[in-house]
Amino acid sequence: MTTTTQKPAAPDSRTPGTAARVLGDRRLPVLVTAGLFLVMYVIGLSRYQNYGFAETQVFLNLFIDNSYLLVAAVGATFVILSGGIDLSVGSVIGFTTMFTAWMVERQGLPLVVVIPMALAVGAFGGYLMGYVIQNFEIQPFIVTLAGLFLFRGLCLVISKESISIGDSSVSSMAQTQVSLGGAFLSIGAIVALVVLAVALYVLHYTRFGRRVYAIGGNEQSALLMGLPQGGTKIAVYTMSGFCSALAGLLFTLYIQSGDPLHATGLELDAIAAVVIGGTLLTGGSGYVVGTLFGVLVLGLIKSLIQFEGTLSSWWTKIATGVLLCAFILIQRTMTSRRKT
Amino acid sequence: MTTTPRWRELTRHHLFWPVVVLVVLLLVNVPFTPDFFSIKMTDGHLYGSLVSIVLFGSPLILVAVGMTLVIATGGIDLSVGAVVAITGALTCSYISDQADQEALSGVLLAMGIGLVAAVVCGLWNGFLVARMGIQPIIATLIIMVAGRGVAQLITDGQIITVNSEPYKLIGGGYWLTLPFSIFVVAAVVAVTVVLTRRTALGLLVESVGGNAEASRLVGIRSRRIKIMVYVFCALCAGIAGLMISSNTSAADGNNAGLWIELDAILAVVIGGTSLLGGRFSIGGTVVGALVIQTLTTTIYTIGVPTQTNLVFKAVVVIIVCLMQSPKFRAKVFGAGGFGGKRGAKQAATPTDTVPTSEAVRKMEVS
Repeated sequence: MTTTTQKPAAPDSRTPGTAARVLGDRRLPVLVTAGLFLVMYVIGLSRYQNYGFAETQVFLNLFIDNSYLLVAAVGATFVILSGGIDLSVGSVIGFTTMFTAWMVERQGLPLVVVIPMALAVGAFGGYLMGYVIQNFEIQPFIVTLAGLFLFRGLCLVISKESISIGDSSVSSMAQTQVSLGGAFLSIGAIVALVVLAVALYVLHYTRFGRRVYAIGGNEQSALLMGLPQGGTKIAVYTMSGFCSALAGLLFTLYIQSGDPLHATGLELDAIAAVVIGGTLLTGGSGYVVGTLFGVLVLGLIKSLIQFEGTLSSWWTKIATGVLLCAFILIQRTMTSRRKT
Repeated sequence: MTTTPRWRELTRHHLFWPVVVLVVLLLVNVPFTPDFFSIKMTDGHLYGSLVSIVLFGSPLILVAVGMTLVIATGGIDLSVGAVVAITGALTCSYISDQADQEALSGVLLAMGIGLVAAVVCGLWNGFLVARMGIQPIIATLIIMVAGRGVAQLITDGQIITVNSEPYKLIGGGYWLTLPFSIFVVAAVVAVTVVLTRRTALGLLVESVGGNAEASRLVGIRSRRIKIMVYVFCALCAGIAGLMISSNTSAADGNNAGLWIELDAILAVVIGGTSLLGGRFSIGGTVVGALVIQTLTTTIYTIGVPTQTNLVFKAVVVIIVCLMQSPKFRAKVFGAGGFGGKRGAKQAATPTDTVPTSEAVRKMEVS
């Protein structure tokens, strides 16, 4: 408990070279995840080098295929760092795809108008959930569960069938390739990386970021210190709603349709990515960079299974579960060491 | 407020509000289907809306009863949906491999295998929570994520259909004119109530939920109690899984018991058990599960388009949670308490209004 509110982001924290200190270092989980990613990548290289695994594009595809997951997971990182949880992520993404498709296709509105509207709806949903959580002291789990039902229900209210988007501006945007010397990134991937950079800045270099860590570390202490805890909590959920909506837009671009069943259960992937990235689910400790590696590891599992060819898709779930378990146990041993 | 003492006592009873919601929901149906409460006898079986509510609600009641005990210890079990899928998948795949699917011994063995798998899942959850000290929500998340993969692995990604009369009984059969599953649910609920209310077990569970460390210090084996409730919850989920797969005569690794954990948690919350642990109410949970099932039925009968089902559910969850929040009641009905903390504190001092005295009871629990 003593270290939880200490300088969360100091890059040059004092590191006496003892083994205990190394194990107690809060950056360790991120390094472990990064190491795991490297090991998995090297294994992929050695196994599938004849199938073109070594191409830069395969690596960049990790960002392209998981751009929406990265954005959603960044939002989830903020919520989890503040000691809460957001189960509505998948539903908000599904709703945004539906909303965008419906607005563009059925109402004929230009995409430029629809995008801010979709983002506003997502952020407002997050704000409402944060407001209820903060002001009525209801557990985030239950409130965001209601949000999950609500947004999934609203998807179905818009339409029961999926709406495919034929709008030329959407497809041209989806197909735009930003070349990076031989390989390319999609617009979605670049947006995701920008979101990541903004989140890094906000979390580690602004007052708001410090407050998120403080509340997650110990809400009572944060309150006694005089931090404006309520506003921060509401802001965190608003941000998560915004990120989910943005992830929904990226998902729409990626898949070019709206469907009431899109992204079902994606909140679990997002939470898993955050946990694998080394963020403590109790809040107060973790890094956005870890989340990036978490998402990359999940993405790499998927592409390794694709390259293997003989494995069925459900192995993805099993592998995710096993990794989740391993990382939770690592976290557990680390935190118990820190206490003693 | 004109409140006679007896009336006040009634409204204070922990089952009062859940039952009121249930009755209101049932009454809403009457204008739309006038014979809603009538129960007909056809082919020696009882039919009627009430019977079907209990029949379709029985897996949810089972899961929710198990979940109540877990929540009472201050935990939560997200893995029940996956356990439902695994149990159904194992049992159906075993039965479908039999030469004679009608053989009773084979069906019983298959059900046994399914339930053992459920118990193993429960042991794993309990081990992670009680021995390793991992937060319940995360510990059970592991099986929630991996479990569906395992279920699909068992069924090989297919939907396994079985054609077995004995197996059909547990989820879709009739016994003594009533659906058999009602008897299963009644038995499980009765056993749970007897175990928790006629023995010290219920008290121990509440004590662990109130303060696990303090319970350990007064000599309660809180770890063992915790493992026990997770095993019990998984077992209930396993029976529910048998019911669901037997009702449809098929095991679907992907969709069996999907979101049942959320419905079950909701049922527990509607039933008045605090998510913080401590005091629990099995009766409340059963009523809560019936409320959810009635809500679904009502949405069908009053002709609301089925796609708004989820929106309705969300609205009900929000209303129920707001009503249970002491702060909300203090703000809306309360003795003029304004602003966050102060409102709650004023509600804690005994006043005459019914809602705030309810709040006092709630605060004592936490």
